[in-house]
Order: sequence, then structure tokens, then C-alpha cells
Amino acid sequence: MDTSWYIVLSALLFAVGAAGVLIRRSPLVILLCLELMLNAGNLALVAFSRMLGNADGQVFAVVVMVVAACEVVVGLGLIVAIYRRRLPLNVDDLRELRG
Amino acid sequence: MEAVAFFAGAIGALGGAIAVIALRNPFYSVLALVVHLVSLAGLFLILHAEFVAAGQVVVYAGAVMVLYVFVAAYVGGVQEPAWEPIPGQQFLAPLLGAALFVELSIAVLGSSLKAVDTQGPTIPLGFGSPGAIGRLLLERFLIAFEASSLLLLLAAVGAVVLAGRRGTSRGGRGGGTPSERFAQSGPNGSAETDPQHARSASEEGGAAALTRPEEGGTAGPTPPTPGPAY
Repeated sequence: MDTSWYIVLSALLFAVGAAGVLIRRSPLVILLCLELMLNAGNLALVAFSRMLGNADGQVFAVVVMVVAACEVVVGLGLIVAIYRRRLPLNVDDLRELRG
Repeated sequence: MEAVAFFAGAIGALGGAIAVIALRNPFYSVLALVVHLVSLAGLFLILHAEFVAAGQVVVYAGAVMVLYVFVAAYVGGVQEPAWEPIPGQQFLAPLLGAALFVELSIAVLGSSLKAVDTQGPTIPLGFGSPGAIGRLLLERFLIAFEASSLLLLLAAVGAVVLAGRRGTSRGGRGGGTPSERFAQSGPNGSAETDPQHARSASEEGGAAALTRPEEGGTAGPTPPTPGPAY
């Protein structure tokens, strides 16, 4: 398969993730949609790495996975902290810091 | 054969992604994301990224998703109200996603990259193997490697600080939201005149399900000591 197929698939996955962030209100699902977007970026990195015959992109895909794991850990910690304070798990209600 | 594998992986990845944002139950969304990640690992295998595919399955679909499943089971189902802060958000958001997809596709396919319509050059043996990735990671991208290790450490400490806090710390509970303060002073605000006592009593009532022995031992008898000066 040509590299363009992978890139278009990556763009489609990223768009689905972005639409999910905009549609859903639950912080847990928004984190899942962020995972979708990060994985779309990973797919593009690996596809370009194959296209260039250079493994640098794969190294950065691994680094992106590490960053995604950190983001998940902190985000889930925040969700657990919100839940323990009995605040509503809804991003529209948690808007005290909005400018 | 390769095309069949690509389309199978693409359908799995796309179906998983759409199921993540379409399913109402967060638990099912997490399971759909597992399908998405495993399909994506298959695509990585087609692209000769064996180490990334293995890491995807082991780290993502294994460890991270277990964490998600635990939190989804702990928090439970979330009622998402139909109330929309922006009118027509449910229709505008997919429209924006479609516009983003068209824009990204035009940006990539309309670029002057000539090799984007090829399969890429013939690759040497061991491309994408753990040895090759490890050599690159420890020689050429050593700074990225060290920075990511530091980031992991910070994330672990931050998660312990965020999720391990009981909600009994003075800084945390004192300046809560109005609804929270109302919930604290509501049940026993009339019986207790001392606000400090009322707050501690309501905290004990609230944290009764999740008490930890060392906090029950230390928080009760010891007088409130000034915390460390941050």
C-alpha cells in the first residue's frame, strides 16, 4: 500500500478524535479521544518513517507513547480526585477556571 | 495480501475510533479503544515497525487500558445531559471534524512530497527491530530518552499527589466550590455552630467509606500543626 493511504487514515482518525473531544462531556471519554488523536499522530510518524526508510520516526512514536502514558496517568488522577470530591464528572460543570 | 491486511487493520482502527465516541457507556468506550489499538498495532506491523507494534500492544492495550478500565469501573457511568452550552454543538462538532479531515488530507496529498505515492524504499534487514530502535534511542536521541524518563517520574509523583489526596487537607477543602461548601455545611450546619468543627464532622461522614487507618490515627488526636512552608 502507498504511504498516502496511511496518511489519509491517520487524518481520518485524528478528525474522529477531535470530533469526539468536541461532542462528549465526560472527562474520561475526552481522555480516550485524546488517545485517539495521539495514536493518529503515531500512525503518521510510522508511515513517514517507512516512506523515508529511516527509523527516526519510530523512535518518536515511542516517545509519543511515553508522553501519552504520562498524560493518561495525570488525567486519570484528576478524574479520581474530582470523583472523590463528589463534583459532577462533566466538563461543562467544571468550568470555574474558564476565562 | 498486504492490501487485505491494511484494509482489515484500517476498518478495525476506524470502527474502534467511531465506537469510542459513539458509545454511551464509558466502559464500552474503553473496550472499543482496545480494538482500535490492536488494529493499529497490526498496521504498524505492516509498516515494518515491529518494536513500536509490540510496545503498542504491551504498554497501550495492556497496561494503560487496564488503568482506564479500573477508573471507568470506579467512577461508573456518567450521565451526560442533553443541555448544550453552545446551541447546535452536536451537529457543529462532526462538521468541524469533517472539515479538519479534508484540510489535513489536502495538506498532505497536495504537498510536493513525491514519495508519498510510493511504498517507500527497500529497507535493510532489522529495520524497526528493538536493536535498531534502542541504538537510535541511546545514541542519537539520548536527550529525548532522558527527558521522557524524567517526564515519567514527574507523572508518577503527580498522580500520587493528585489521586492520593484525601480531600481532608486544609488547602484542598477550605476553598471549595460554592456547591461543595453548601454540601458540607448543609447536613449539620444548623447543629454545629463552630464552622471548623462542622467541617471536620462532615468530612468524617463523607470519607467514612474510604477511610485509611493512618489518617484516622493521625488526624484525630493531634492538634493542627502548620504545614511546611511551600
